[in-house]
Amino acid sequence: MKSYVLFLGCTIPARQPNYELSARKTLEKLGVELVDLDNFTCCCPPPIQSINLESSQAVAAYNICLAEEAGLDIVALCNGCFESLAMANAALKKDKKLKAHINEILAEVGKEFKGTIEVKHFLQVLMEEIGLEKIKEKVVKPLSKLKVAPFYGCHSLRPSKLLQLDDPERPTIFENLIEALGAESVEYRDKLKCCGGLLKGISDDTALSLARDKLVKTTKAGADCISTLCPFCFVALDIGQLQVKAKFKEVYDMPIIHYSELIALALGVAPEELALRSHKIKADKVLEKLA
Amino acid sequence: MMTQKTEKTTISFSDEVTSRHGGETLTACYQCGTCASSCPVARLDSSFNPREIIKLSLLGAKEEVLSRDAIWQCCSCFNCQERCPQNVEIADLIYALRNIALEAGHSPNIYSDFASALIAEGRIVQISKFVEKKREEYGLPPLKPVGVDDLNKILSATGFTKPEKTEESK
Repeated sequence: MKSYVLFLGCTIPARQPNYELSARKTLEKLGVELVDLDNFTCCCPPPIQSINLESSQAVAAYNICLAEEAGLDIVALCNGCFESLAMANAALKKDKKLKAHINEILAEVGKEFKGTIEVKHFLQVLMEEIGLEKIKEKVVKPLSKLKVAPFYGCHSLRPSKLLQLDDPERPTIFENLIEALGAESVEYRDKLKCCGGLLKGISDDTALSLARDKLVKTTKAGADCISTLCPFCFVALDIGQLQVKAKFKEVYDMPIIHYSELIALALGVAPEELALRSHKIKADKVLEKLA
Repeated sequence: MMTQKTEKTTISFSDEVTSRHGGETLTACYQCGTCASSCPVARLDSSFNPREIIKLSLLGAKEEVLSRDAIWQCCSCFNCQERCPQNVEIADLIYALRNIALEAGHSPNIYSDFASALIAEGRIVQISKFVEKKREEYGLPPLKPVGVDDLNKILSATGFTKPEKTEESK
């Protein structure tokens, strides 16, 4: 089985060791080896792109160079990291002039972008490296009583021209991976709409309204939990429920579970090994259904 | 005798935008409004409209575009960019406008905090001692060193400047 370089980024190690822990346990169970490299930096996501797009692209390229030197593809857990790195990787592979320009900058630190590796999202590694059939075989605790609302977030899918994870309007990869665990993937309105995460600290009211919209629509669709792929979506919807309660006086009690946590449970990792206690909205409702 | 030219030649705002990284596709817009109708922020906040930002940019209303809040209200979801029939890279265009606005001294203060953290730590979110201890408890490997020196060299080489905080800004 292939090895991947794990790109952790900033938010996961700083705030969500539960995501990293479950992803590592999952990939270990599935026989994918993860390599941790020295010198990775922030991927330079939208807040940094807003300050200087060129700097951001050059820093993303620098990080890709480190994986190129190790001769391994990157797996990113965070949608933000995936987007920044996969966009830069695709743009530089496509555009020779841009590549030459970025390489002039990278020469300052003794690096050269060659375009020899792929940047993959956690979901892509599961789908392409392992595949649905193999995952189904490895499930020891099917989540058959669970209705899961998949929440892709924005930067796993868009801009699709560069990211190429799935169809940006009718994706199926996440739904299929949920159903491979024996769970039911629940359809709900505005499934592909933003969580508002990037507007926090800039327009908090809009950010919270976008998060609330997800809670309203997944509740209406009868979901037992929302499954996320991104630490920003997770925070917007998990801690966001405390803010929604304070502002709108509404209680949803909707557990937010990273897909990595769901699959780890289905593969037989014990709940107490997964740092589920760090969720603000307790996962107990979900765990009861699995018992 | 030669007549002295008094007219100053100034580059138009739309030329300025299209010459920027991310702004290249501005002039392809034909104002159909697919962006605005695909925008989750516009649905909630009528003061935000991506089509309007593009129109003002095309018309050269530089001050209005750069100094108003609108360009900072985009949630970067890329829905508009995905659906634009003219392949205007709208989300990237908004980054380009933000880059220009910031050079002109307009930006919400939070960007100054992001830049400070990036320059100092090479990360935009700090790792606390508490979390490092938690990692140990969970059996996660210690975090690897960050390439902060290389990162700062790249930032310098690309003219990255930390936005200053302003009093009137949020």
